[in-house]
Amino acid sequence: MSNANSYERYRRQIILPEVGEEGQQKLLRAKVLVIGAGGLGCPVLQYLSAGGVGTIGIVDDDVVALNNLHRQVLYSVNDIGSSKAERAACILHQLNPEIKIIPYNERLTVRNALIFFDEFDIIIDGTDNFSTRYMINDACVLMKKPLVYGAIYQFEGQVSVFNFKRNENDETVNYRDLFPNPPEEGEILNCEEAGVLGVLPGIIGTMMANETIKLVTGIGEPLANQLLAYNSLNNQVYQLTLSARKETRSLIPENKAAFLQMDYEWLCSSEKTHPTAVGSEIDADTFNALIANGNVDVIDVREPYETPLANDFHNIKIPLTQLSENTSLIKSDTIVAFCQRGNRSLQAANILSGIFGSGKKVYSLRGGIVEWMKQKQTV
Amino acid sequence: MLSVLFMKLEVLMFGRLADIAGNSFTVKDVADTDRLINTLHKTYPALADTKYVIAVNKQVITSNTLLNEDSVVALLPPFSGG
Repeated sequence: MSNANSYERYRRQIILPEVGEEGQQKLLRAKVLVIGAGGLGCPVLQYLSAGGVGTIGIVDDDVVALNNLHRQVLYSVNDIGSSKAERAACILHQLNPEIKIIPYNERLTVRNALIFFDEFDIIIDGTDNFSTRYMINDACVLMKKPLVYGAIYQFEGQVSVFNFKRNENDETVNYRDLFPNPPEEGEILNCEEAGVLGVLPGIIGTMMANETIKLVTGIGEPLANQLLAYNSLNNQVYQLTLSARKETRSLIPENKAAFLQMDYEWLCSSEKTHPTAVGSEIDADTFNALIANGNVDVIDVREPYETPLANDFHNIKIPLTQLSENTSLIKSDTIVAFCQRGNRSLQAANILSGIFGSGKKVYSLRGGIVEWMKQKQTV
Repeated sequence: MLSVLFMKLEVLMFGRLADIAGNSFTVKDVADTDRLINTLHKTYPALADTKYVIAVNKQVITSNTLLNEDSVVALLPPFSGG
């Protein structure tokens, strides 16, 4: 310990044989990034700051509102309208001036995620939406960072530790091994829509802080490859064992360049999930993002003699005239048809939607390969 | 064979799924998870529109799994709240 004051501050946890001075030093050297300074983020931040985690980053672009105060217990009425990240940093500094707290008053994006995550050892997901959760998961897999995950719904919570091996021979599991793809927009309600009892994120966030301290100090058994489900109404805890899925890896961008191309908001939006309702046309950018995301069958519905040839991306050649007889060639749950100018592919999309119903998502490339090639040249 | 014919197993539901079907109940005479899910979707059509993960005896499964009388099956949806 650097001084007697420090020792005194952490004395009650240093005297635990499992922690000791060595464990406290590990905490002081640890760098933890907390994403979301809301219901889950507040208790995580309070306990990690109090416990002496040496460097804590806080990412949140939101401001404090009156209806946050019943569960986001760091803030008071004087903070309403102020940046959560900045207010949290200021309040936590008063709690523990010996540690470094860095507020990032920004929304997490694919760009800043790569920069921020590089600076920290452990990432904590206390966000309130699926698009950011999938973005955080994929970035953690890509950058091999342990991820402490927590999420809540009304009176229930889930906690897990992803991307962490307890033993050298273990396989790592991530959020996509549990839920490979995001649910449709509106399918799962958030706290704003479904309501939440204020104490629930307090319990789940405190569990997340506990998991983080275990990861840093190496004590106990972190929830790696496990999902803990807690029900505050009947106090039942249900703990599941997770396994890696083979198909998961193809859903996660392979490298940083592919990650930067991802549009997570779009991935979780209802436009994508109900495309066939009105028009199923997508533009070149969306088309490129779908290909980058993988798990998509692209179908050239032109006749074999037509040019330009499409060699820039993998595609299956089934002319429109033979489409209905050859649907067995289509394996993925997402299909994009293209032709020369986008007319025949729209017909193809309608035919395929009729055959597959809601089981597959079917799109047509607007403007066809001609427009796509034009766009490619201008980029 | 008698025990198979009268097999009863426990199903636990979490989150929104519990709002649809209740926290827990027993189901009779289902040999595997595919058949169980079919039965549940027929009884509670709203389940068919919801994403969830299936666990048998606390192990998350990704393919059809045989069930017996001692099996406890849990269905958990994703949560987004924070």
